[in-house]
Amino acid sequence: MKVALFATCLVDTMVPQVATATAVLLERLGHDVVVPPGQSCCGQMHVNTGYRREAVPIVANHVRAFAGALSSGVEAIVAPSGSCVASIHHQQAMVARRAGDHALADDAAALADRTYELSQFLVDVLGVTDVGAYYPHRVTYHPTCHSLRMLRVGDRPLQLLRAVRGLDLVELPAADQCCGFGGTFAVKNAETSTAMLTDKMANVLSTHAEVCTAGDASCLMHIGGGLSRLRAGTRTVHLAEILASTEEAVTPRQSTSPAVPR
Amino acid sequence: MSAVDLGMPSLPHAPRGVGHLRGDRSFPDAARESLRDGQLRANLGHATSTIRAKRKAVVDEVPDWAELREAGRAIKAATMARLDEHLVALEEQVTARGGTVHWARDAEEANEIVIRLVQATGTDEVVKVKSMATQEIGLNEALEAAGIAAHETDLAELIVQLGEDTPSHILVPAIHKNRAEIREIFLRTMPQFQEQGVDADLTDEPRRLAMAARAHLRERFLRARVAISGANFAVAETGTLAVVESEGNGRMCLTLPRTLITVMGIEKVVPTWRDLEVFLQLLPRSSTGERMNPYTSLWAGVTPGDGPQEFHLVLVDNGRTAVLADEVGRAALHCIRCSACLNVCPVYERAGGHAYGSVYPGPIGAVLSPQLTGVEDNASLPYASSLCGACYDVCPVAIDIPSILVHLRAEHVEAQERTTPEAVAFRALAKAMSTPRLWRLAQRAAGLGRLLSRGKPTLPAALPPPASKWTRTRDLPTPPRETFTQQWVRERGR
Repeated sequence: MKVALFATCLVDTMVPQVATATAVLLERLGHDVVVPPGQSCCGQMHVNTGYRREAVPIVANHVRAFAGALSSGVEAIVAPSGSCVASIHHQQAMVARRAGDHALADDAAALADRTYELSQFLVDVLGVTDVGAYYPHRVTYHPTCHSLRMLRVGDRPLQLLRAVRGLDLVELPAADQCCGFGGTFAVKNAETSTAMLTDKMANVLSTHAEVCTAGDASCLMHIGGGLSRLRAGTRTVHLAEILASTEEAVTPRQSTSPAVPR
Repeated sequence: MSAVDLGMPSLPHAPRGVGHLRGDRSFPDAARESLRDGQLRANLGHATSTIRAKRKAVVDEVPDWAELREAGRAIKAATMARLDEHLVALEEQVTARGGTVHWARDAEEANEIVIRLVQATGTDEVVKVKSMATQEIGLNEALEAAGIAAHETDLAELIVQLGEDTPSHILVPAIHKNRAEIREIFLRTMPQFQEQGVDADLTDEPRRLAMAARAHLRERFLRARVAISGANFAVAETGTLAVVESEGNGRMCLTLPRTLITVMGIEKVVPTWRDLEVFLQLLPRSSTGERMNPYTSLWAGVTPGDGPQEFHLVLVDNGRTAVLADEVGRAALHCIRCSACLNVCPVYERAGGHAYGSVYPGPIGAVLSPQLTGVEDNASLPYASSLCGACYDVCPVAIDIPSILVHLRAEHVEAQERTTPEAVAFRALAKAMSTPRLWRLAQRAAGLGRLLSRGKPTLPAALPPPASKWTRTRDLPTPPRETFTQQWVRERGR
């Protein structure tokens, strides 16, 4: 299948290894990956901070970048981010319609129908749970809020992780509680965000996992940033990086949290 | 409407200077204080996780919960669409059964009406059933200013009142207090203990505390000639009012005094008796985690020789019509005040109810209060959420709180007259994100952050604001040498 990769603004700029891992994984599964040029952001941060009008050209850019891909044989658009895919599904058409641009709203809705979060794409569209990965570490999984509640990815990431050879999956206590990131919430309500992060980190550390994984680089940057400050030793690694790892090749420059002396 | 009148006239919001819908500090400032209170955070964490677990257990045992929830949502939406007709029907039915209906545009009018009605009875004290509407309009304070003592009879409201505190939760107003703190308040304020001196028998055992409150309240029930209640529901077709509660204090107030005054927000009406069937299943499971609340009191008008002989219903707008006029925000009026959203909210659990500055704390408060007062008067509340969505999941009438929060943030941003540094930044970012050439330049500029890190994996903690808000407690990773798309083009040539 020909698949277009939406790297998302954060992954592209800050954690490129997550997009690389997504491409490596999809290619290993026999798919043809394209990265449409001109892509930048889904517009979520603008919408969620109140800049609904300003988000419209961002949505238009996203539609422009990916509409061409669909007309050149791409069957699906995949992003390694539950939150961005949720925004594409639940916000893009809404802000366009609100601004009176119904053509853009229709185009955005049509793109959304073909856009998948990575674990949904693997399990629902490709029908695989064993992606042939090897990752000999003790791992705990944080279901990010937007994956869990807006996209309803359910236990798909867990199905995928359970099939990874060598991986010791440990349950995260109070897993469904928000880590406190919330985009600009982490800055606008920095203290409350830190209080939420503190509890999330305590739960992560209680599992004695070496790695905390999730399907969202943004939440992992937040949790990883906190763990790094604590010199905790537990790293955050995106789900795509774990799934892309094999016995032969561990994906390059793994870990989304800054390296911590171990 | 004249030919030059364009658009909707702006509808009045809840007035300033009266009632409890506005805080005197922004949410982040108020939250900072409660976040430092370790006892408060422990009390809240313990209480909310207990209620959460109870609620989940009783909701999970209902096989058709999703259908019930949808029925609740649909009834509310349909009712709001014809609210005017239902309210007129309610007035007709209440009047036909011997009650009197009063219409109050806002908190000031509602308080004036109630004071006038109490004064007409010649009494200078009233007993009260726990009521969010009267808290909202600041009725107790207004009564006190008029020389009328209002005695709260709900156990938690009593604790808050005696402690000269303010409620911090819709259902459990004293949730922020633990047993030891409650014992201390009782010993300090209840006349029965003051006469006897310190009572060593009053332990912090819940039963002992409840017995002390019972003795204190009984005397007030038997003496009271006027009661003031709220209402959970009002049935338009029969003029029936409903109060659901757990302790029986409500039943005492609703039946013993000669005069009963009910103060109710106009959104509480439901069209038919049958609609109660849905809400009386949704409410107790969502709020107290019980299959059914212990007391459900229903009354219509007056019955000669039985119960109150005079009944007044005060219907309060106080900004609700303005909420109704907003097609996205109006769903906040569907709220049945179960407080399930508070108990699952990670922000509420850490910051506590007082940080919201309104009688409506938590997620529903963050959408309801700014709409009742006008967004500019509560501008920090729509941002008091990480948009995690837990509130939407538990809401028994499926109010999409995260979407309303996002909508109100946009209303706030679009209403700003002066350009803020944040707006400048977001506009510049939007320009870059919608212009691929500029976006590549912006990404390269972000990559220059490497220069600050001096080869370390994280940026220095002493970054200037607003980045300092992040780096005070979290490390920001050093941006990579190359973006993914740069690398892809370099290796694959697009």
